[in-house]
Amino acid sequence: MPLLQCKNLTVGYDTHAVVSDLNFEVCRGDYLCIIGENGAGKSTLLRTLLHLQPPLGGQIQYGDGLRARQIGYLPQQTAAQKDFPATVYEVVLSGCLGGIGHRFFFGKAERRRVEDMLARLDITHLCDRCFRELSGGQQQRVLLARALCTEGKLLLLDEPTAGLDPMATQNFYDIIEKLNADGRAVIMITHDMKAAVRYASHILHIGGKQLFFGRTADYLNTARGRAFTAANGGQDDV
Amino acid sequence: MFDQLSLYLAQPFVQYALIAGVLIALCAALLGVTLVLRRYSFIGDSLSHVAFCAMTVASVLHLLTDFALILPVTMLASVLLLGKGRRAKIKGDAALAMLSVGSLAVGYLIINRFSSSANISADVCGTLFGTTSILTLKPYDVWICVGMSILCILVFVFLYNRIFAVTFDETFAAATGTRVSLIQIGLALIIAAVISLSTHLVGSLLTSALIIFPALSVMRVFKSFRAVVVASAVVSVLCAAGGILASILLSTPVGSTIVAADILVFFGFCLAGRLVRGNT
Ligand SMILES: Nc1ncnc2c1ncn2[C@@H]1O[C@H](COP(=O)(O)OP(=O)(O)OP(=O)(O)O)[C@@H](O)[C@H]1O
Ligand SMILES: [Mg+2]
Repeated sequence: MPLLQCKNLTVGYDTHAVVSDLNFEVCRGDYLCIIGENGAGKSTLLRTLLHLQPPLGGQIQYGDGLRARQIGYLPQQTAAQKDFPATVYEVVLSGCLGGIGHRFFFGKAERRRVEDMLARLDITHLCDRCFRELSGGQQQRVLLARALCTEGKLLLLDEPTAGLDPMATQNFYDIIEKLNADGRAVIMITHDMKAAVRYASHILHIGGKQLFFGRTADYLNTARGRAFTAANGGQDDV
Repeated sequence: MFDQLSLYLAQPFVQYALIAGVLIALCAALLGVTLVLRRYSFIGDSLSHVAFCAMTVASVLHLLTDFALILPVTMLASVLLLGKGRRAKIKGDAALAMLSVGSLAVGYLIINRFSSSANISADVCGTLFGTTSILTLKPYDVWICVGMSILCILVFVFLYNRIFAVTFDETFAAATGTRVSLIQIGLALIIAAVISLSTHLVGSLLTSALIIFPALSVMRVFKSFRAVVVASAVVSVLCAAGGILASILLSTPVGSTIVAADILVFFGFCLAGRLVRGNT
């Protein structure tokens, strides 16, 4: 039974469909990259998968004991306001909230988890800084740490490497690869085709409708796959 | 001066005013932090006007306890305004302003038209500014305040982590399984309860000041959510206690004196914020 299965799914706003007839599934341990042009509807799809907006048609089935709180999420843009008083530590800690179930307070385990994540993303020194006073890339790292602190079986990441410097980007891909190897499924939206081709086990290419869904190797054998990959900076080391 | 003060402090009505004022200020400050941070400062104001309107209706109907009408009406308005969060489609400035001004006008109209009291403008002044009501509390009112604030503080402490998550990033909280709408409705109900109690006891204008000033002041200096919550509670309590005592000594209106203290503190924090930032 897959973790997540979409049947004839249509997503969009009010009555205006952005992408229609999506059929794909994500199993335990999969690493799915969603690709497509700006405005293709990638973020909209992700938000629909999270029940943040209703689907316009079709079905989303969660399986394998996956409940909503077992999903980690990195939004493309946070609604977080400009002058919110919150330290990096507080922000990252809020990622553990789904994991504490009906408990009211965080325990030692959550705090250790946060410290571990801060160290892995190399932001321990920012721990007591105010979130709103960080640079864009630093904020992105903090939000990543928050997303990775969720304990779930599934991680949904919307352009996670946007704004990261090259070192941090590589470091991030390594972390995700390790989490994925531990059995977490990853769904990632990216414009970085090199990374998509290199790390993803599956590719979902959308643009108005579903253009491709399948294994990465198969995608590279289609004419569309070769064209899109070449146009978006490539595959030179594969 | 100190003799005079201790003389007053021995009076039950001063004690009641201090207890009730401090507790209301504490609750208002706690809830104010989430309201201000969610960009809903104005909603507190509108709700206090709704409470004012309900209060005039209650006084015209000669209800035994006007609280029985004020509370449900304010709660309803609060859930409608706050319960849905960002997903609500009508939450514009205009709708709020309409509600706020509308209920103020209707409230005044009702008092003016139907009140049997001889001195209408004193009535209006009392309900708006709480001129004397906090100095005429009965033990019964004080007990309601105590119960209300215990409830409010317990909710705030136990839901602290969830309130932070919902306030900081509603979308992320919803995505990772926090029941956002439940928390929002709960908060909206408590906010309504505190606002109606406070409107009832200290007047409707003071209510919105108690909600927004402490949070806005301490945000000038403190950068973490926890520090902001704690500091605004402390600041609010000190201002309320200081304001009540000052108003008794100087025989100024209680509500306005408390707000004046809040304003002074606000400028103090602005200055402190400048200095702190200047040094780093
Ligand atoms: N809140 C909204 N209401 C109505 N339409 C929207 C809304 N947000 C996005 N859209 C439209 O939906 C379409 C898809 O947007 P979406 O954000 O999903 O694109 P995307 O694939 O994530 O693009 P990008 O690569 O730039 O992030 C766009 O045409 C956009 O104009
Ligand atoms: Mg997007």
